[in-house]
Amino acid sequence: MSGFLEWLLGRLPVGWLQLVHNKARFASALAGVAFANILVFMQLGFFGALMGSVALPYQQMDADVLISSSDMNTLADAGPLPRQRLYEALAVNGVADATPLYYGKLDWKQADGTIRGLDVFGIDPAKPAFRFLRDNSKVKVLTLADHALIDIGTRNVVGDVLARIERGEPYAFEAKGRTLSVDGVFRIGGGFTTDGYLIVSDQTFLRLFPQRFAGAPNHVLVKAQPGVAARDLADRLSAVLPAYDSQARPVDVVTAREQAFQSTQRPVGMVFGFGIIIGTLVGSIIVYQVLATDVADHLKEYATFKAIGYRQGFFLGIVFEEAMVLAVAGFLPGVVISVLLYRLVAKATSLPLAMTMERPFIVLFGTLLMCGLSGLVATRRLARANPADLF
Amino acid sequence: MEKPLVISGVQHWFGEAEARKQVLYDIDLVVEKGSLTVLVGASGSGKTTLLTLAGCLRRLEAGSIRLLGQELYGASEEQLIACRRRLGFIFQAHNLHESLTAMENVRMGLEVHGVAAMRNWREACAHVLTSVGLSERLHYLPAKLSGGQKQRVAVARALIGNPEIVLADEPTAALDGESGLQVVSMLKRLGRERGTTTLMVTHDARILDRADRIVSLQDGRIIG
Ligand SMILES: Nc1ncnc2c1ncn2[C@@H]1O[C@H](COP(=O)(O)OP(=O)(O)OP(=O)(O)O)[C@@H](O)[C@H]1O
Ligand SMILES: [Mg+2]
Repeated sequence: MSGFLEWLLGRLPVGWLQLVHNKARFASALAGVAFANILVFMQLGFFGALMGSVALPYQQMDADVLISSSDMNTLADAGPLPRQRLYEALAVNGVADATPLYYGKLDWKQADGTIRGLDVFGIDPAKPAFRFLRDNSKVKVLTLADHALIDIGTRNVVGDVLARIERGEPYAFEAKGRTLSVDGVFRIGGGFTTDGYLIVSDQTFLRLFPQRFAGAPNHVLVKAQPGVAARDLADRLSAVLPAYDSQARPVDVVTAREQAFQSTQRPVGMVFGFGIIIGTLVGSIIVYQVLATDVADHLKEYATFKAIGYRQGFFLGIVFEEAMVLAVAGFLPGVVISVLLYRLVAKATSLPLAMTMERPFIVLFGTLLMCGLSGLVATRRLARANPADLF
Repeated sequence: MEKPLVISGVQHWFGEAEARKQVLYDIDLVVEKGSLTVLVGASGSGKTTLLTLAGCLRRLEAGSIRLLGQELYGASEEQLIACRRRLGFIFQAHNLHESLTAMENVRMGLEVHGVAAMRNWREACAHVLTSVGLSERLHYLPAKLSGGQKQRVAVARALIGNPEIVLADEPTAALDGESGLQVVSMLKRLGRERGTTTLMVTHDARILDRADRIVSLQDGRIIG
């Protein structure tokens, strides 16, 4: 290692030798950097899980453009649209098809008394709104009243209920004064605001939510004809639909807007965003402490080097060298432990918590940057001092 | 030809405002090339202060020091750095880097002169360390060396870069008489062979005997 650094730097790797000379301090500094890395990784992981779980239902929509109420912030909070908008959309040039989507919430009281909050989608069984329903043999049963499909990714389901439904055993439960029969499964995956999803026909939906006006879906899913770009179609639809009650946007735009809303306007998103900042700050403070203490401890030696004729850049080089060693050597255990923690938390919470390809690079780059900046600050007191005053 | 070190009218103060105290008064001193000049004086008389001023380790506040043709009063940081590289400074304390071996510490005195100087650095460093009697201790860390051995490494570090002037602050304090004399002999030989000039603070009577000139400081003034 020393030889490699000597070759790399073209000088004696004083920083490295200094670090390994005090093994106990080196170890605790590495632990500090690794800890800061884990902190940031976990916050990024939660943040990513929030973004991912927001995107999950959108990604499964069999649609190019989404028509929603003009005041919509999230998939769940969109108000009902006049059914007329569906027919108006169908008449627009470039629209291949359009189908309504109803959105509601219900509590599923399980056998052991615990309650799972489910988001309910009401769909037209003849024109299923989701891709995974295209080749789902169970869609037909939705045409019968009070039948449903359930998300197999639903969080904390007691016993082997989901496995048995998947095997083909219908499962019945009471909700909103009705008895629902769950006949099959699909997969979306729960998020921060819901434990899982339930899909029913529009007819069943209106029975479950009788206060909802029959003809008013929350969203209209529009499919473009081949060769028509989603963006162009959205523009065409917007031109036709009245802006005071509805808006038409490509599905990926809606996804991005809700992600932005969740991360900047909602507490969870802000908490994780704040967590990332705090993690970075804590990490920087740890590294700065380590480097500043190290500079203070070696002031005499540095003063001697300065007396010999070394420039400020040389000391910066030593401290950068230490900073880079700490950043890289602390990052490696940090990333390994974070991946393990991701698995653990993903298993415990059924959230889409996973390491992405770019995240380690971002964190490593951030660590290098913060380490470098800390080094810069730590060497400042050396710059103007008389060497003789440092002995 | 200009003398290597010309000090004239140097004054120096320590402290701020109320606590400001003068420690050097009107110092005039010319040091001849290749000579061994010894600076004596009681503790606190200002010897180290004068040496650090001449060694570019402290900014000159009043008076003039011409070091190897360079005026130090008002000199820029770059000019001071250039001067430091032409000096060998041996400190009152050895000031070795505890994480570096004897070889590596000496190497630091060579590396400052750039890559060209680093050719054959192993041989050069080993040679200087051998000349101060440490051929058996090349790869020892300072913690494993005695006080005298550490001081000899510091001497080797000061001499490795072929300095034109050596400034030494009681280098022999930690050395026994024999190795102290050895170091002085080396410096005298360098003076004869290369014209290396030495200004040294010491109270060792045997070294005073070998000095070309003895300068006495008392309460910040030269008295002879
Ligand atoms: N950094 C400093 N700040 C304030 N006063 C100082 C400083 N360094 C030295 N002094 C004062 O300056 C005076 C001269 O100190 P100096 O170190 O030059 O003496 P010296 O002759 O080298 O003594 P010694 O033989 O003990 O090494 C002393 O009175 C000392 O207290
Ligand atoms: Mg002194």
